[in-house]
Amino acid sequence: MKTQVPVSHIAQLANIPITKDEELKLEAAFEETLAVVEKLQSVNVSGVEPTFQVTGLENVTREDIIDEQRMFTQEQALANARAQHDGFFVVPQVISQD
Amino acid sequence: MLNTLTLAQVLAKLKNKEISQQELLADLEKSSVQNEKLNVFLTMNEHMAKDSSALAESKLMGVPLAIKDNFCTSGIRTTASSTVLNTFIPQYDSTVTKRLKAAGGVIQGKTNMDAWAHGSSTETSQYGRTLNPRNPDHLPGGSSGGSAAAVAADMAIAAIGSETAGSIRQPSAWCGTVGLKPTYGRVSRYGVIAMASSTDSPGPITKTVEDAAILFNHIAGHDPYDGTSSTSPVEDYTAALGQPIKGLKIGVVYMDIPGLADVKSLFEPQLKVFEELGAHVEYAQAMDPNHSIGVYTVVQRAEVSSNLGRFTGVRYGDDRSHFGDEAKRRIMLGTYTLSKGYSDKYYLMAQKVRTLFLQDFTELFKKYDVLISLTSPGFAKKIGASEGSAMFGELEDMLVEPSSITGLPGINVPCYHDPKTNLSLGMNIMAPMWHESLMIKVADAFEKHTQWNPWRNAEKQ
Repeated sequence: MKTQVPVSHIAQLANIPITKDEELKLEAAFEETLAVVEKLQSVNVSGVEPTFQVTGLENVTREDIIDEQRMFTQEQALANARAQHDGFFVVPQVISQD
Repeated sequence: MLNTLTLAQVLAKLKNKEISQQELLADLEKSSVQNEKLNVFLTMNEHMAKDSSALAESKLMGVPLAIKDNFCTSGIRTTASSTVLNTFIPQYDSTVTKRLKAAGGVIQGKTNMDAWAHGSSTETSQYGRTLNPRNPDHLPGGSSGGSAAAVAADMAIAAIGSETAGSIRQPSAWCGTVGLKPTYGRVSRYGVIAMASSTDSPGPITKTVEDAAILFNHIAGHDPYDGTSSTSPVEDYTAALGQPIKGLKIGVVYMDIPGLADVKSLFEPQLKVFEELGAHVEYAQAMDPNHSIGVYTVVQRAEVSSNLGRFTGVRYGDDRSHFGDEAKRRIMLGTYTLSKGYSDKYYLMAQKVRTLFLQDFTELFKKYDVLISLTSPGFAKKIGASEGSAMFGELEDMLVEPSSITGLPGINVPCYHDPKTNLSLGMNIMAPMWHESLMIKVADAFEKHTQWNPWRNAEKQ
């Protein structure tokens, strides 16, 4: 069975800008990949529980204390930022002004 | 040339003052002329000589190590072979590099890889492919292709890679090196640019099994910075070297899959040495590795779509328009398989089949101490082979994917060499969780009693 993936919608959800040409190539690639994945449907999994964590760990927590060794100075934290303003990161605008 | 020595040899010679750090660094520097052709290193540590000389009295004695470019290295550019991170200079070290430094290791440079570790060829690197030093018409494999090539070309004494499904073992098989993939959670993932968090496992890529055990000793163990890192006790893994394998039960798996015919007849005779050493070898029936491709593909894409969501170009790196084709494919397919209406069909289904693989291995390890298969279904592929297929890596890694999705440890050792092409085949030795010592023992016995490791051969001469 052929699976039609809504490529441009998925691109929007994943926040990946793509061209029309890329959209066609991605459609073909997804078809190839999903054809392999579809073979899983032939495996009998009735009564089988899913495994999300292979070594069986559950709810690993740590003490809620500050580890100063891991703290950055403001300067260090901003060192790799493309754009900064008054010691803060500049982020893309997501809410319109009016 | 000191760069052709193994890590164990270098450490012994430095200790006995037979060689100096300066001589070692000078020979490594000479070997780096190969980089122009092979494209192994993306960034070199400019402070290597200074870093090294301060560490002469430590355990690793200031020996330079090649590090895959997805490990954050404080003050040294880290790109994961993607131009998204072209100018990223981490402010901190991954736990693995921090531990190696604490033991007296020095970062030599950062090695090329498939971008974000997505692939099995290094051809998806946005800084160009790496060539296989054994035969430059061929690929080194991947994603840790640069690390394996650095060791194979004697441009590094030893290296660190990471594996999600084959990315340490497969390039080791293709380049003729040793590659150790630990149990999931045995080595911390902290500071490793995340790919698939439920299977990512850092590990050594080295010239010999002994070298792998030495490095593994320094990086294994619990790390509070990685919630999935295990508190189960670590051992001295070098204690497994040179131990008898008499009476050990070895199951040989995945020999009946189609497409193996060409190399099966080269591989099977290599198993004889285990019997000569007193082990019991028999063929074992394991769950069809074909199903692991589907499981891995779904789980990996899903986790990639989440992990690569953090690359927004705000705190570091460039924006999302810089992702290469492979990363785009994987992020978007993961987004799709996790989306409403499809997550049960794909994601939940895959995780259920993953359970079946775990159950299958549990049963197999009741009968056998270790399991052995080929690492890759063939020799290193020609350059360009990965282009045009969205599933290249998954098919090449089919024989190591079952143990990856179940978190088992595995080690690759060279087990055949074709003198015509100069390429090798790799043997994959798998053990139950937390039993790395067992596979190290078997791998070491194989390496020492066969002719396939070039560095062991050089030692004999």
